Amino acid sequence: MSITERASGIETSEGSQEMTDRSSANAEELLRELGATLRLSEAEAAELVGEGPSEDQTMIINMGPQHPSTHGVLRLMLELEGETVLRTKPIVGYLHTGMEKTGEDLTYLQGPTNVTRMDYAAPLFNELVFSLTTEKLLGIDEDIPARAQWIRMLLTEINRITSNLLFLATNGMDVGAVSMMLYGWRDREEGLRLLEMITGLRMNHNYIRPGGVAADLPDGWRDAVLTFIDGVPPSLDEYDVLLTGQPIYRERLQGVGVITAQEAIALGATGPILRSTGVPWDLRRDMPYLFYEQVDFDVVVGTYGDCFDRYAIRINEIREAIKIIRQILDLLPPGDYRIQDKKVTPPPRARIDESMEALIHHFKIFTEGFKVPVGEAYMAVESPRGELGCYIVSDGSSKPYRMHIRGPSFVNLQTLPHMMRGGLIADAVAIISSVDPIMGEVDR
Amino acid sequence: MADDVAVEEVATPVPEVERVHGAPVTWSAGQRVLHPSRGDLPAVVRSLRDDDHFNMCLDVTGVDYLTYEADRQLPPGVAPERFEVVVTLMSHRRRERVRLRTQVPEADPTLGSLFDVHPGTEAMEREVFDLFGIAFEGHPDLTRILMPEDWVGHPLRKDQAIGRIPVQFKAADRKDAR
Repeated sequence: MSITERASGIETSEGSQEMTDRSSANAEELLRELGATLRLSEAEAAELVGEGPSEDQTMIINMGPQHPSTHGVLRLMLELEGETVLRTKPIVGYLHTGMEKTGEDLTYLQGPTNVTRMDYAAPLFNELVFSLTTEKLLGIDEDIPARAQWIRMLLTEINRITSNLLFLATNGMDVGAVSMMLYGWRDREEGLRLLEMITGLRMNHNYIRPGGVAADLPDGWRDAVLTFIDGVPPSLDEYDVLLTGQPIYRERLQGVGVITAQEAIALGATGPILRSTGVPWDLRRDMPYLFYEQVDFDVVVGTYGDCFDRYAIRINEIREAIKIIRQILDLLPPGDYRIQDKKVTPPPRARIDESMEALIHHFKIFTEGFKVPVGEAYMAVESPRGELGCYIVSDGSSKPYRMHIRGPSFVNLQTLPHMMRGGLIADAVAIISSVDPIMGEVDR
Repeated sequence: MADDVAVEEVATPVPEVERVHGAPVTWSAGQRVLHPSRGDLPAVVRSLRDDDHFNMCLDVTGVDYLTYEADRQLPPGVAPERFEVVVTLMSHRRRERVRLRTQVPEADPTLGSLFDVHPGTEAMEREVFDLFGIAFEGHPDLTRILMPEDWVGHPLRKDQAIGRIPVQFKAADRKDAR
């Protein structure tokens, strides 16, 4: 009886989503795993089938979905020969809650509340990309007040720091540097406290909305931001001592999970995975949105495409984010924090007390929502994990006809079988960690 | 000068639909959209990759237009069908994206896989198959990816109701279920 038959219907309902056993690892399957990016011919793949160990020398084991190093509910089926990983198949869907379907039943004002729960480590990016797409469809993308756009940049860069600190924490823990986990969470918490002060919530902020942001920056925000970004660089220097220059840590990561630029592009990988292979591609610089063309920052790239490069890129992107935030503090203009377009913006609170029409207007916007012209648009931003895209089809009503989020983690996960092939099972943990998948975004 | 302009205006024929690799082009909110036919899609994507430097496939998704009543914004000559597969390509060299909308009929929801052109579409095509029931011919492993294997139906289709699962509370039968 094959693995598939045994598994289907008895323990799980994954059935044919699972990895097949070795005897059925025919040319077609190897073509899928290897040939896709290496451009093998079918004949070459067929030659590979006979090679390798026989079935009684390998075993297929499950890693996850409940495993501390799988960052949530990622399940990997690994075919092992001793400690060597031969084939890998990620199985996802354990966190699927139909958020794209839910999004079709929420108005454009309720939309950010929904999408912010996808990539829960970088929620502001989800809100941003949803708002940008809605504004594009409304045709008001040029009219958003400059202050609102700069506030969006400020918050997403703070969010980038907290997200990358979370990566440093979990990456440290996964390769055995447990103290790093505590430090990373500690520093991230400072960032979340700052976000809570500005938006009202630690996570799932619903702060960036179509038309601008929910509220202006609170009193004392500048000091709070400065305190935060002054506190991070000393910690980063500490991490350099603790991790970057430390021989054991480097041994765990250098040369592990290598992927080439050609493979990364073929597999659609974006973000730090693509940059680690030496491709200098960052949407903030190459296809600027908001006001990124007015700030000065470097795109960090790697050379070898290994786990260490991906670590180094993320830790240095924190430094770049701090550089951007300092410039934002100087450049942030006064003005409105949301567009004064009666169509999308509710009247101010004071007007509601004195005007019946304002009250009706306020009520209408929050119950029925505003109508968005017929059309479809795709917008994308550079999230800490890569290109985060949003595709909305509008039928002219106040709810999206179709709302799709292109999650970078979902696509990046496809690089796992390539990075893991031929590596050790201990390295598998480091490789999953370096891809930094957020399962909420993978499964949506 | 004025004469020249007038002559030019008269001489210009009615502009035909712009085409890229045989696919008619429309613009939506300032973004370029190609409308290849179902049979042409893999070839158009391949030509875009080989000739026009669209080297990465960012996204493959679907739309079910069953209950859509507004204008579909299709170019002349493209007949609307129930399903649409939407592919987003990226060119790193040209720093631009292009979107491809392909009509897929309800009676035969299949089209050619892009796996041979961009292997990164593997998971995305599985997602479209899972949530819309659109089959990709030539895909190496077309199985459900997000839903359980024994799930019946394709949730993002418009004739699938939005989730309302009967919850078995003990007091449920005493209250009028909304």
